[in-house]
Amino acid sequence: MIQVQEANGHGAATKNGAENNIVINCDIKELFYGTFKAVRDTMIPIQTGSITAFIGPSGCGKSTVLRSLNRMNDLVRGFRLKGQVHFRGNDIYGPTIDPVAVRRHIGMVFQQPNPFAMSIYRNFSFGLRLNGFKGDKAERVEKALRGAALWDEVKDKLHKSALALSGGQQQRLCIARAIATEPAVLLMDEPCSALDPIATRKIEELMTELKQRFTIAIVTHNLQQAQRVADKTGFLYVDTTQGGRTGYLVEFGDSRELFENPREKHTQEYIRGEFG
Amino acid sequence: MMDETVVRHLGRDDAARLAALIGTAELQKSLRRPRSMFSFAMNVIVTFLTFVALVPLFSVVYMLVAKGLHAFSMSVFTSLPPSAGEIGGGFGNAIIGTLIMVGIATLISVPFGIMAAIFLAEVGPTTRLAQFVRFSAKILSGFPSVLAGVVAYGAIVMLTGGFSAWAGGIALSLLMLPTVILTAEDAIRMVPPKIREAAIGMGATSTQTIWRVMLPTAMPGVLTGVMLAVARAAGETAPLLFTARFSNYWLDGVSGLSEPTASLAVLIYNFSSQPAVNQQDMAWAASLVLVAIVLGINLIGQSLSSRRI
Repeated sequence: MIQVQEANGHGAATKNGAENNIVINCDIKELFYGTFKAVRDTMIPIQTGSITAFIGPSGCGKSTVLRSLNRMNDLVRGFRLKGQVHFRGNDIYGPTIDPVAVRRHIGMVFQQPNPFAMSIYRNFSFGLRLNGFKGDKAERVEKALRGAALWDEVKDKLHKSALALSGGQQQRLCIARAIATEPAVLLMDEPCSALDPIATRKIEELMTELKQRFTIAIVTHNLQQAQRVADKTGFLYVDTTQGGRTGYLVEFGDSRELFENPREKHTQEYIRGEFG
Repeated sequence: MMDETVVRHLGRDDAARLAALIGTAELQKSLRRPRSMFSFAMNVIVTFLTFVALVPLFSVVYMLVAKGLHAFSMSVFTSLPPSAGEIGGGFGNAIIGTLIMVGIATLISVPFGIMAAIFLAEVGPTTRLAQFVRFSAKILSGFPSVLAGVVAYGAIVMLTGGFSAWAGGIALSLLMLPTVILTAEDAIRMVPPKIREAAIGMGATSTQTIWRVMLPTAMPGVLTGVMLAVARAAGETAPLLFTARFSNYWLDGVSGLSEPTASLAVLIYNFSSQPAVNQQDMAWAASLVLVAIVLGINLIGQSLSSRRI
């Protein structure tokens, strides 16, 4: 059932992720919330400097998989994972790993824009202070805001409430806030689902620009979005045969290949819009 | 009477014909229809009862202002309580005493209350300890205030050998604590989960998340609770009768805090039962000042809680 395209040279051989520019190598065998098996058999290698998209119908576990890449699922009671997620060669579920440190290297942007109820500037200084940043904060904030194409819109109101911005601006602020601390990887969980098409377009442009400096993994409901921005795409589907609803990876490969010439029947049906 | 289901059964053409059949009279406002009549009558009753509910409220305020202003002058702030028949006098020492004892109570109950609220809302919300503390706080918030006085009497006055502002402050803090805990817990819980996720996702530890994000975001709600508790404590008489008693003299520096201390609430209680008219008048003026202080605290609380950033 699972078909990871081996043609580009990252399969089982690069499990520790040290070779071939794989920054995160996700190998989830089973993922549980309590007794509920949410995801099984999902192997996704994420390449440095690329955008990797997770697509699939609702409930297929794509957000769950994304959230297990920086241990956000630790917040959910009863979460258990069998398998490994290697980040630069270290299994982040290893017993000696500090999840807080993992999240400082693997940042996250959420579905709902979630700026803190503070000024724009303090939204940044919070993260910089967490990371023990000693340099010129104002310069870092400006760089991050320029990076998120938001500087011109907010430069005169850095000390005004971040909540006064529009939804699209808030989401770009959250992206800027995440990149200000310069993580290696940026996880984005349906970052455009609460936004209008114009704001969505801006964020997509931004992602394409950001991948020069950051590796991005994105969950999206929007197939066109995955097609437009992602270099690699993974399709997840829900398996209801063994009772329950367990998500698993059906197909993973180059986006163009996956969209134009899907190998699996489920992928074909989903991409043609026959369900989901 | 055309509704959704009728339209669905009839189909679009039939619905259009039916709509044409309905006379314009059907669309006119009329009180003769039972549901319109009922709606109108309910509005009248609700409005009337609102006025009835305001009667006692306004009569209290009216009495306070009318009787209180009569005896009020600027010298009430600067003078000591008068003896029977004495001209002038005031209750400056009682104002200071109330402010100081409420201050002591706030300094005790706010740190403990907020810490407890953080535990209840964030650290161990489902633990047995949390359930026990929450239950106790709910019971304590309906606790008769005189019992707080008795507890502080047994614990502080008997131990230190005398009535004091400290004992009064501690008695008041017992009354404030449950209000502070429960409202602060609520305020912290009201912070949207996405805010916590944002902080955790940036690599904040749970302590950093709580103190630098959750608590500042919840601060307006926390302050509202503190102000409610302060306003209640400022008006309490019973706990102070057992703990601070009263004093006819000015507070004597820091060492004076270990002596019996005057308060507005106890002054009102004492003077309102006196036969001397000048003392009764003082009680009215003190009531007016006390209500003004409580009102002021509430207004400050409201402006703090509506302020953002």
